Amino acid sequence: METKRVVMDAEGIDRSLTRIAYEILEKNKGFNGLVLVGIQTGGVFLAKRLQKIISGIEGAELPLGILDITLYRDDLRRNKKKSRLGKTDIPFSLDDKNVVLVDDVLFTGRTIRAAMDALIDFGRPKVIQLAVLIDRGHRELPIRADFVGKNLPSSLWEAVTVNLAEKNGVTEVLIENAGN
Amino acid sequence: MTRYLLAGGRVIDPSRNIDEVLDILVEKGTIAKVGKNLSPSNTAKRKTGGDVTVLDLHGMLVVPGLIDMHVHLREPGFEYKETIRSGSEAASAGGFTAVACMPNTSPVNDNRSVTEFIRMKAAACGLVRVYPIAAISRGMEGTSLAEFGDLADAGAVAFSDDGKPVMNGGLMRRALEYAASLDMPVISHCEDVNLSAEGAMNEGFAATELGLPGIPSAAEEVMVARDIILAGFTGTAVHIAHVSTAGSVQMIREAKARGIRVTAETAPHYFTLTDDALREFDTNTRVNPPLRGREDLAAIREGLSDGTIDVIATDHAPHARTDKEVEFEYAASGIAGLETALPLSLKLFGEGVLPLDRLIRVMSTNPAGILRIPGGTLAPGAEADITVIDLNGEWTVEPDSLRSQGKNTPFAGWAMKGKAVMTMVGGEIKLTTP
Amino acid sequence: MKLARKDILGIKELSVEEINLILDTAESFVEISTREIKKVPTLRGKTVVNLFFEASTRTRTSFEIAGKRLSADTINISASTSSVVKGETLLDTARNIEAMSPDVIVIRHRAAGAPHMLARMVKQSIINAGDGAHEHPTQALLDMMTIRMKKGKIAGLKVAIVGDIAHSRVARSNIYGLTKMGARVAVAGPATMLPRQVGEMGVDVYRRLEEAIEGADIIMMLRVQTEREHQNIFPSLREYARYFCLNGKNIKLAREDVLVMHPGPINRGVEIASDIADSTSSVILEQVANGVAVRMAILYLLTGGES
Repeated sequence: METKRVVMDAEGIDRSLTRIAYEILEKNKGFNGLVLVGIQTGGVFLAKRLQKIISGIEGAELPLGILDITLYRDDLRRNKKKSRLGKTDIPFSLDDKNVVLVDDVLFTGRTIRAAMDALIDFGRPKVIQLAVLIDRGHRELPIRADFVGKNLPSSLWEAVTVNLAEKNGVTEVLIENAGN
Repeated sequence: MTRYLLAGGRVIDPSRNIDEVLDILVEKGTIAKVGKNLSPSNTAKRKTGGDVTVLDLHGMLVVPGLIDMHVHLREPGFEYKETIRSGSEAASAGGFTAVACMPNTSPVNDNRSVTEFIRMKAAACGLVRVYPIAAISRGMEGTSLAEFGDLADAGAVAFSDDGKPVMNGGLMRRALEYAASLDMPVISHCEDVNLSAEGAMNEGFAATELGLPGIPSAAEEVMVARDIILAGFTGTAVHIAHVSTAGSVQMIREAKARGIRVTAETAPHYFTLTDDALREFDTNTRVNPPLRGREDLAAIREGLSDGTIDVIATDHAPHARTDKEVEFEYAASGIAGLETALPLSLKLFGEGVLPLDRLIRVMSTNPAGILRIPGGTLAPGAEADITVIDLNGEWTVEPDSLRSQGKNTPFAGWAMKGKAVMTMVGGEIKLTTP
Repeated sequence: MKLARKDILGIKELSVEEINLILDTAESFVEISTREIKKVPTLRGKTVVNLFFEASTRTRTSFEIAGKRLSADTINISASTSSVVKGETLLDTARNIEAMSPDVIVIRHRAAGAPHMLARMVKQSIINAGDGAHEHPTQALLDMMTIRMKKGKIAGLKVAIVGDIAHSRVARSNIYGLTKMGARVAVAGPATMLPRQVGEMGVDVYRRLEEAIEGADIIMMLRVQTEREHQNIFPSLREYARYFCLNGKNIKLAREDVLVMHPGPINRGVEIASDIADSTSSVILEQVANGVAVRMAILYLLTGGES
């Protein structure tokens, strides 16, 4: 049976992002040397929201990069997931920066592994931190997030979807039974 | 010797304009009698005595043995491509009772010993009559005449440098004159090698798209024109081999109308395929002259229909796999055609291009006349060379099942209708199929 | 979208959608070549064999760099034509390479159709890097990519292709591609360099350079193969240059924003006057750069990537 459940609404998402923004600033002791890198596609929208919130706090915009990890995936031939080649645009040096990787859902950790490989090809950041809106568990690699909007225990056959107004009109996090 | 009564078949004998259901009695290797209701009881009473084997041929076509005046048997020298034996088997399987083989062997058939070798080998095989065609020039090098008289004495039936054109017009003139004095035909492979150059296919739209070097129709037509002019000038006869272009057909038509003694042949692939067949770079479609365009194909059919083209010959050119399994431009030219010629020609009948009696004429009576050899007729007293055809026999071309060593056919997988079910050479049955 | 084919043998069999897919993917790959570390791990563990039966530094190097930027192992095998004619057949060479289990074979051969023959014989993906005078699909794709990036479109543009059309695989592939994409193509050259039936390919045919380039958005000058002089295709380089060299005077017939292209290597002063080759109209070096991106895109798409 297919069920669909809203686990986070627009306000909840806003609150979580605001909290994450403060945590980022706190952990990195302020604004200097900090950059955001959003992972295509959901992470990019969230990174832009974080950039906006932080500029409201600090009065200036953080550098924002866009990272497409398709070419770093480990499942090109296995073809299990749709991996569409997107744009990568990191118009600044990553050397000695505090890089905050932003993604919507943290699941197996493979996407983050690929993203870290990609970042290291671009330069030598001082630290890489990870911010995600949802951590749904089921890690397959030793990876954990530094900033989490919501921990959402889920089963493997459930699908977690983050919708954002700028992406598809509504802002909400859904969990649904994807069936077998 | 067994006596045979070929009973109840539809007999077509273009030499006597016969097309009706008749019986044929074969005795002592010759045709003894052709007529209605030659019942075994009647014939058994004849003085010659002995039993008669009756062959019930109801529903079959009974025609003078098919003659292919243009084949390459490859022996001596290229036995890896074909032998006189395998070529004879292929000819017989295709319904032929006689073939004439070209001299581009190794050594070239430009002397008595090669001619005699071919005849001896063919006789030992005995499936079809094999008539050697000797070279025009020594070594087919295009410079000096071979010994025509000696070759004719040894059994050669015509002269040709087929495979290579005689580029030297002066040599061609002398060949025509000298052969005429022996009453022997000359067969010309018409190709200006400077025009065909490195060409690998017809120069046309397909070659433009494929980027393959082209052989222009002019390469053939320039030489057809030359040979017609030479035949007219010297008052001799010339036979044009494997006509492939509309321009050639037109010139031959006009020459015949002017009384020039020119005859011509074409091959089944020229009235069946166009250069569009090369689009997959299948080396089995590489042949010389090349498969031409649609207008050429139509003109060849027109020429057959109106009698401009006298003969269908196969230009059977068997090759080994290694000669063909290479890049198109490096592949050997030629199609192994003996076993597909009859059904492809019968398609012309089916499509209304040629009535059956004309089809048999161009595959038997006319080549016999041009080469001055026996056959091409079912007249009483003639050698009993007979082909029996099942017009409705359906089969599929499978290269590996061909009797020829050459599996190089562009017709692989084609569904064919019509096949030879029996041949008789000199009164002996050479081919029977159930 | 995925590329649903095993091989890239020619532009003729590609659909407009497939061409767009390759060009879109290639544009995504341009950025990688601007990075400090110009390499992504996408094709790690995959082997690309460059099988070149005809000398070519430019195309071979471009494929090699493309493979390496995607982390594929690229191996170059050069076989001179003469040794092939005399010795090992293409069939045997192919079987030997197949036994070494590469993933992609890039082949350049002087005989038209050789890549097609190879594609029928082996299970690996085959990329045609030029076969005789037949096709050179990656060159046409990089040309189309260059045009699209510079002009924002291909449809509706007037493209003049000048030179030895008869013996040019670059011309054929571009004629197929550009006409499919909606450009108007004009060809020009002496009659000896124009196949008699070239008009049937959907192009306008001119005997004079000036007529073909009038109002052109793009001018592609083909390389003159100097050895053709001996086949009486043209009397001399000097005479060819006099009538078919793009120079500062005749280029004024084209649009002011005309792009000048050449597949390289250039015979300066024969096909293009030096000042034009080095002018701002010339996009010859962009073509080379885009060549790497297009070849990366094809390697990526043939090995299962999507875009």
